[in-house]
Formats: sequence, structure tokens, C-alpha cells
Amino acid sequence: MDAVDFLDLEPLLTEEEKMIRDTCRRFVGDRVMPGIEKWFEAAEFPVEVATELGSLGLLGMHLSGYGCAGTNAVSYGLACLELEAGDAGFRSFVSVQGSLAMWPIWKYGSEEQKQEWLPRMAAGEAIGCFGLTEPDFGSDPAGMRTSAKKNGSDWVLNGNKLWITNGGIADVAIVWARTDEGVRGFLVPRNTKGFTTRDIHRKLSLRASVTSELILDNCRLPADAVLPGVTGMKGPLSCLSEARFGIVWGVMGSARACYECALEYSKTRIAFDKPIGSFQLTQEKLVNMMLEINKGLLLALHLGRKKDDGNLAPQQVSFGKLNNVREALAIAREARTILGANGVTLEYPVIRHANNLESVLTYEGTSEIHTLILGQAITGLNAFA
Amino acid sequence: MNIVVCVKHIPDPNIPGELEGGRLKRSGVQGVLDPGDEFGVETGLQLKEAHGGEVTLVSMGPPTAMEAIRRGLSMGADKGLLVSDDALQGACALVTARVLAAAIKKSGPFDLVIAGVESTDGYTGTMPSTLAELLDVPQVTFVKRLDSADGTIRADRQTAEGYQVVESPLPALITVTAGVNSPRYASFKGIMAAKKKPVDNLSIGDLGLSSEEVTSMQQIASVGSAEARKAGEVIEDDGTGAQRVAEFLKEAKVI
Ligand SMILES: Cc1cc2nc3c(=O)[nH]c(=O)nc-3n(C[C@H](O)[C@H](O)[C@H](O)COP(=O)(O)OP(=O)(O)OC[C@H]3O[C@@H](n4cnc5c(N)ncnc54)[C@H](O)[C@@H]3O)c2cc1C
Repeated sequence: MDAVDFLDLEPLLTEEEKMIRDTCRRFVGDRVMPGIEKWFEAAEFPVEVATELGSLGLLGMHLSGYGCAGTNAVSYGLACLELEAGDAGFRSFVSVQGSLAMWPIWKYGSEEQKQEWLPRMAAGEAIGCFGLTEPDFGSDPAGMRTSAKKNGSDWVLNGNKLWITNGGIADVAIVWARTDEGVRGFLVPRNTKGFTTRDIHRKLSLRASVTSELILDNCRLPADAVLPGVTGMKGPLSCLSEARFGIVWGVMGSARACYECALEYSKTRIAFDKPIGSFQLTQEKLVNMMLEINKGLLLALHLGRKKDDGNLAPQQVSFGKLNNVREALAIAREARTILGANGVTLEYPVIRHANNLESVLTYEGTSEIHTLILGQAITGLNAFA
Repeated sequence: MNIVVCVKHIPDPNIPGELEGGRLKRSGVQGVLDPGDEFGVETGLQLKEAHGGEVTLVSMGPPTAMEAIRRGLSMGADKGLLVSDDALQGACALVTARVLAAAIKKSGPFDLVIAGVESTDGYTGTMPSTLAELLDVPQVTFVKRLDSADGTIRADRQTAEGYQVVESPLPALITVTAGVNSPRYASFKGIMAAKKKPVDNLSIGDLGLSSEEVTSMQQIASVGSAEARKAGEVIEDDGTGAQRVAEFLKEAKVI
């Protein structure tokens, strides 16, 4: 029996999906693993990797045209999984670039906006970020204060966005702001007057990822900076549904890395003259991890096939995000106990994944918010407020 | 420049191999494009990028060997040709060379044939030289660096002592070492495009080879495990250490 792919899910993937996954796994082994401890410790994202991710085809891989690879959703999920088995910081970079920055341009942008940004973003030559959350509005982004007002044919933006992944390294920010017609998305290029960013330091989670504040101070944009294709909260929320789909898969990568590490450790670490893997308590932990990883992957694959068939509901993505992040975090914490004291050092990947998953639990809709979404879906009653 | 790259589908070398009737077990085993052949594919792609033309992948193997061709196509090769035939099971290096020579001739005129120095499963290293003879072209083996211009190639050829600089007219055959380049990743776009690239499936009949020509000449007399490596000798320095190291090296004919 395969200790990881216990249910033999491999035959459920196409040749192409396997090849994409294997290529991504190899890239992670070559380019992420050798540096990740250093980057995590130094709290930096190696920006130079962006073009490598681009030439591999990872950025906006599930979009078609404009230099994008045009893969299916399952392939995108598998790539997220392999990246996050390296580090959630890399997966976050790719999620934000592909699903939160490129996707809205691809979906709601004008032809000129697509031509201007998508090919360079697919190549990793231009980096994007997604500014929705504000200092006072996270779970209820509809309350946002950032505003865009018409001035002649221009737009003038004012407000602050906080906790923005890739903010400080972005060449273009997708900023969501309230207008007289409702919430709209704006493309804000880096050197626009009145637009600055400030990186957030001293994060103890997702350290190999840049998180920043965006400051819009009478930031003047031309009329064609607005995304023409969408008005209202549906805009940002549809982006989040895209990115969350990748998280459903990604976190199973963190979980797998922790499980593999703990399994190996349990066979070699001796206590009371025996490998600790021979104790029933350790076996129970390992078996529970293995069960949840296999179940989580089945769930991810099911959602992926539905997405490719075009009949995946956002509430089903919430189901996946809630379940798989919860289980991945439990697996990371349990794996840490198996490693004993070694579990708290960066010599092993487990505490890094466990810490990263705390961010993943919160961003893209907290576990509480996804619980309420599901609660509303089954009762028909709104418990948000 | 039309380039043919020989590619082999082999059992994943990262998984310990099993024997089956004196031969390496191949069916039902996870297979990969021979890592040594990735250098050949990369060499072909770089030449194509510099001089134009086409890269054709040629392989002999069971239908599953298509996986190796698809990988090469994902890296950027243009088309593939797979020779599959039940009669070729357990083919020796000579038969393999005959089949590949016939397939290469059938695929059209070529300027350069590229192969790895040896396969990562069989390790005979005789197939490429045989193939060059059958194709009646000059061969430059163990290439670790390659230039090409105006119908010739100029190669640094790895030897035990150093390297030789060898020039050859085209068409020719070369074998490339693992040091020649660093193979690119198959990009996702390449993987998506690969399934639309043309691949020919041929049998022995299509190549006009007789059954004698594809009968293995080689027989396996016996198979045994390699001798286990002995622990090294530790020399503790009691004042004569340097001398004993020197004696050891002299005995090994290093100095
Ligand atoms: C590393 C990192 C990267 C991020 N990247 C981005 C990004 O790129 N772009 C972006 O726009 N945002 C980003 N975020 C922000 C993230 O999406 C928000 O943090 C998240 O939406 C939660 O908002 P909040 O932090 O304001 O928490 P709050 O909304 O203040 O929530 C605090 C707690 O209250 C709970 N809560 C809130 N409302 C309810 C309710 N009605 N019922 C029950 N419980 C409730 C929450 O679940 C949570 O437990 C990032 C965050 C992190 C940590």
C-alpha cells in the first residue's frame, strides 16, 4: 500500500494533469526547497523567482489566451498543492497573481487592459495584488471606506487597504472601492501619484510572502482604469471563489509535507528502545493524518471536476476551504507532536507549515465565515449579523 | 537543421528495480523519460532555437513509451515516432539500433542524430555507435559542449584525461553527457501543446525489417548482484600517515 496515496487516486488523473503536477513538484524540489528555510527566517519572498514561475506557465495557468497556459481547474489545483507542499508563501504568490489579479482582468477587463497586463503578468514580468481588506473591514468587506469619485472623466481614489499579499512588490494593484454605482475594481499601476505601499513586518506566519498596506491619497486615475465588466460586491467575491478553490488543494500540500515528515521521523526516532512509530498512540495520529489527506484530496478532486464541468457552486468551495484548512491545520499540529522538540525548529518543515496555515485559516474567508455560509445554505437563515 | 533525438522510456531510476526472468521488470512499473535523454532533448532544442528546423523524437518500446515522447514534446520537440511491436520485447542493443536506424531513415532526411551516452537502465552504451554505423554517418561520442555552424559541428569530447575538440561534417550522430546543458522544465503551455503534436506509431512491418533482423543476438547467461562495497580503510596519523596515503595512491596507480 502507498502510505500517501492510500486510496490509489492516481488513476483518476489524466496524463496531462500528472505531467503538470510532476513538473511543478520538480520545480519545487529544485527552486523552493533549497532556499525556503532561509527565506522564511529572513521573512522575504525571492522576487526573482517570479519570472521562473512565469516561464513554467504557473501564473494564470487556468486562464486562456494572452500568454496563459489554459489548463483545466484540476491541473491548477494540483499545482497549488505541490507549491504549498513547498511553502504556502509561494502558493499564495501564485494564487494572488493568477486568481486575484489576473483573473479579474481576464474576466472583467477591457481588451486594452487585457493586452496591457495579462501577457506580462503570465510571464512574471509584472506582479499583481488584490486590495479588498481594510484596517476596519475584513470579514465584511462590503463596509469598505475606500472610495472612488468621478472628477471630470478621471477617478480619484482615497482610502487604505491592509493585509495585501504582494502589495509591496506589485506593479499593478486591483483595488476595490465604493463608487456612486456600487463597488468597482480599479487597476492602479505602481508609480501612480498618490499611491504608496508599506510592508507589514514581524509576521510569524506566511513569512516567505510579502504582505503590505496600500495607501491611496487623492490617487488620480484615468477613466479607463476601471474594470468595465462588473459592478457590486460580486466582483471581488467571484475572485475570492477562484482563489479559494486553489486553497482547497494547496493546504493538502502542507498537510502532506507534514505527514510525510512525521511518518519518516516516527520510523527512525527511538524512545524506550523502540521506534516511536511502533507505539499505538503514534500510529493513531499517523493513521488519522493519512485518512484526512486522502479524504481531502478526494474532496478537492471532486470540486475540481465540478469546476471543469462548470457546475461548482461557491458554497461548495466554502465546504472545501472549511474542511481542508481545518484538517490541514490539525495534521500540522499533530505532526509537530510526533517530532517532539525537533518539531519546533526550522530544521524540519512542520512548524513552518503549521504557522503558515494560521494565515490560510484566516484569509480568503475565515473558517467562521465559511461556517456561516454553509449554515445559511442549509437552513436558509442568515446568521452573519 | 533537422534533428533526431533518441529517447527511451525506462523504469523510474528513483525506485529500486526488480528482476523478472533475468531482466529488469518493466511492466506495471512507474516509467519516465530516461534522465540522460533529457540532455539530448535539450541539446536538440537549443540547436533548433539557434538554426531553425525541427526536432523529431524517436523511440522504441511498448505503447507506454509514448509517455517519454510526450515529455520530450512538452519540452518543445516538434514530433514523435514510436516503434512498438510485441516481437521487440527484450530486444538487445543491436536490434534496437537496427530498429531505430530504420525508423530514422523513414522519418526523412536529417542533419544530426542525438542520443545519451548510455541508458540509465541497460547501461550498455553500445547502441549509439551501432546506430551511427547503420546510418553510415560519423559519430562524436561523450560530447560535453557543442557548437554548430555551416554544416559542421565542433564538439568538446570528454575523455578520461580531459577533453578533445572534434569537428565533424553533417549529417552526424553525437552522444551527449550529463554535463552538456541543464534541461529545461516542460512548461505548462508545452504540456498543453504536446497532445496536439503529431506522433507516428510504427510496427516492424512498417519499417520493412525481417524477423531475423529483429531477433536478439544476445543471451543472458546469468544475473548476479554486484559485490557489496567494502568499508574504506581509515589511516590514523601516527607520524607515518602521509607516507601511507602516498603508498595507497601509488598502489591505486593514481600517482
Ligand atoms: C497573510 C495574510 C494575507 C492576506 N492577503 C490579503 C490580500 O491579498 N488581499 C486582501 O484583500 N486581504 C488579504 N488578507 C486579509 C484577510 O482576507 C482578512 O484578514 C480576513 O478576511 C479576516 O478579516 P479581519 O482580519 O479583519 O478579521 P475580522 O473580520 O475582524 O474577524 C475577526 C474574527 O471575528 C470573526 N467574525 C467576524 N465576523 C463574524 C460573524 N459575523 N460571525 C462570526 N464570527 C465573525 C472572524 O471569523 C474572526 O475569527 C490577508 C490576511 C493575511 C493574514
